[in-house]
Formats: sequence, C-alpha cells, structure tokens
Amino acid sequence: MLRVLSAVLYIVFGALIAGLLAGIDRKLSARFQGRRGPSVFQPFYDVAKLFSKETLALNHGQFVIAFSFLLLMVLTGVLFFAGVDILLVFLSLSTAAMFLVFAATSSNSAMSTMGAQREMMQMLAYEPMVLITAVGFYMSTQITNGGKGSFKVIDIAMSDVPSIVYLPGIFLGFLFILTIKFRKSPFDISTSHHAHQELVKGVTTDLSGRNLGMIEIAHWYENAFLLGVVALFFLSNDWWSIPLAVGAAIVVYFLETVIDNISARVKWELMVKLAWGVTIVCGGLNLLVLEYIF
Amino acid sequence: MAKITKSPWLLHYDGSSCNGCDIEVLACLTPVYDVERFGIINTGNPKHADIFLVTGGINEKNKAVVKQLYDQMPEPKVVVAVGICACNGGVFKDAYNIIGGVDKAIPVDVYVPGCAARPEAIIDGVVKALGVLDEKQKAFKEAKKKKGAEK
Repeated sequence: MLRVLSAVLYIVFGALIAGLLAGIDRKLSARFQGRRGPSVFQPFYDVAKLFSKETLALNHGQFVIAFSFLLLMVLTGVLFFAGVDILLVFLSLSTAAMFLVFAATSSNSAMSTMGAQREMMQMLAYEPMVLITAVGFYMSTQITNGGKGSFKVIDIAMSDVPSIVYLPGIFLGFLFILTIKFRKSPFDISTSHHAHQELVKGVTTDLSGRNLGMIEIAHWYENAFLLGVVALFFLSNDWWSIPLAVGAAIVVYFLETVIDNISARVKWELMVKLAWGVTIVCGGLNLLVLEYIF
Repeated sequence: MAKITKSPWLLHYDGSSCNGCDIEVLACLTPVYDVERFGIINTGNPKHADIFLVTGGINEKNKAVVKQLYDQMPEPKVVVAVGICACNGGVFKDAYNIIGGVDKAIPVDVYVPGCAARPEAIIDGVVKALGVLDEKQKAFKEAKKKKGAEK
C-alpha cells in the first residue's frame, strides 16, 4: 500500500516539486550574480507558454518520441518509488535517455545532431557509476541484512543502517555524475539551461512548443527521481532517516546550484576522463572495501 | 489560460547595426536592468522565441535572413525594431546598400527609436510588445478553436 501511495505521490507531486526547485535554482543563481531574478514559479509559466504556442516540427515522429521520453521518465520514477528492483529502474532511465537522443536526431539540424552525440557521450560518462551504485546498494544490504543482499529499492530503504554508512565513496561518485544528469555546469554539454545559444542548447534546438514543454516536464520528473536516489542513500527503517534523507536531497540540490554558478563548461573529453576517474577511484575503492573488509 | 506575457523569450538579430544598439540590448541582461526578472530570456534560437528583436537596417544580404528567422518562429510572435536604423534606416538611409527599416522585410509591431536606443527604452518597447503579444495569443487561440470546430 505504501509503495503504491509513494508512486502515486511521485506522479502527482514529482514534477511540481522539481519544477519549483528549478525556479528556486534560477532565483538563487540570479542572487549569486547580483540580480533580482525571475519568480520561483517561472519554470511553470515557461512550460504553460510552450504548450500554448504553435509546435513547429519537421516530422510528426518528433511528438511521439518526445512523449515517449516523458512517459519513460515517469515510468522510471514510478518503478523507483514503487520500490521494485533498482536495476530495472536504471535500465528504464537509460532507455528514457535514448529517446531524448532520438528526439534530437529526428531533425536535420546540425546543432541538434551534435547535441545528440554529446548526450551519448554524457551517457557514456555516467553509466558506469550508475551501475556501480546499484551494485553498491546490493552489497550494503548484504551487510545489514546478514548475508542476504537485495536489489529491491524497498529493501534498501528499509535496511537497519542507512546505506551511506557503507557507501560514502559511491555516494561521492554518484554526486559527481549527478551534475551531468542535472545538466549543470561544468557538464551541461548536450544541452544547458543557461545561455540559450545554438550549440549550447544542443538536443532541444529543434524542439518547439508542446514538444519542448514535454521535454521540460520530463526533466523535472528526472530531477525528482534523481533526488529520490540521493535520499535512498540516507533511508533506513528508523523514522528519523526520513527528515535526514529529505534534508540531504535539498542540500545536494543547493550544492549543484552553487557548482553550476562557479564553474565553466568543460570539453566532453575531460568530462569522460573525470567521470570515469571518479567512478574508478570512489566507486571502485568503495566496492573493494565492501568486498574484502566487511 | 497560459499567459504568454509571463514568459517572453527574445531572439536578437543584428541586421547592419553598428553594434551600439546590440550592446544596449545585452546591457538589459546585466544586474543593473536584469530583464530576466520578468521571465525574459535572450535565446539564440528562433524556434524557442516569442519576440524578435532586430537592430540595424535591412540590406539585400540580410533581407532573406531576417525573413527566414521570422518564418522559423512559432506563432504567436511579435517583432520589435530597436534603434533608429531598424526603424527606418537611420543615418544609413541613403546608403546604396540599405533598403530601409526592418519593416521592409517583415511586419514590425513596435518601433524603439534612439541612437543608440537606451536600455530603458528597449525594455519599454519590449513591454509594449508584450501587450501586442497578448492580443496575438488571443487571436491565435480563436483561430485554433475555429479550425478545431471545422474539423
């Protein structure tokens, strides 16, 4: 019952909360730069406007693809909040990401195509860490549940000790790739929320009106899900882990906003090197320690 | 109804301007004027834009470019001519290569005179354009409804 409830809550409030966070992000960024900044509800105004505008698409397929991206992103979050296997959740996440690439390549625009290639580079950079995260959760439940590991989100969330205790390295590695997933500087390579210029806009260049609006909403759902994964690191079967997890998610989001404002965009080569380096050092070491010490 | 005036995204194009007006347009984004507080974003993509901001006059070379940018913008959209050159050609009016203001290529909704147009004037012009945009959105909705009823 709790699992169905949390999945339904995600569908209803996931986009709302993440949209509001995006608004707070813009306000904070503006304040960092000494500006007043837009209303915190600005992302909602933007999306409402996009849906009221004419949609220019070179082919009708673009709508189907953009809608699939939204649908799969919602599915990813629903699976996660329903507490099923985390491997399935991450698989669904990668499939959703592929639909964004398809949406970008459905037009002939050079900017959009380059954005699609860069998006695939981003996937290449973050995918190993995502898998290590899943394995890490399995191993931490193995320790807390007395030898019987589980990939199920519900088992991970209901373990005796928060996973972060056994997975500090993996948490750091996950935070690193979170910057890529949130599309924040220095890794907002395939598409960025700032400086709406051609190549910087990348994958969304040729999307307009309703299609762009759907991508934006999907992005909110994605953020809500990713913050859910951050929270999962802090959840245990004690009541106090819930405020702790929510607090951690908020702190992480704030940190991402700060990093976004203080760093410049890097080239994709450096992103891949850095992401894999952090994955091997933080994630790999953490796994080794879990394997041989506990 | 979604108010388009709450989230106007700008496309800025430099026709044959001396860059004076362009610097003033960009000055609007700085902390002093901060147009983003109205939800205004300077986008480089006609497909995302609602307001087309053109500086400088029209010549034979850029006429087709301006037209294409205008055509790539989704409805409803408005055009703001910033600076006297964009309004009627300005000091370059009699130059052999200049055809005239932006209205020689595409329909213009708001004219912002000045050389260079001050940021305050540009913001005023954009606010005026928002009024036009609001009307256009209503007309666009009506047309859409009519089309739906015919189907």
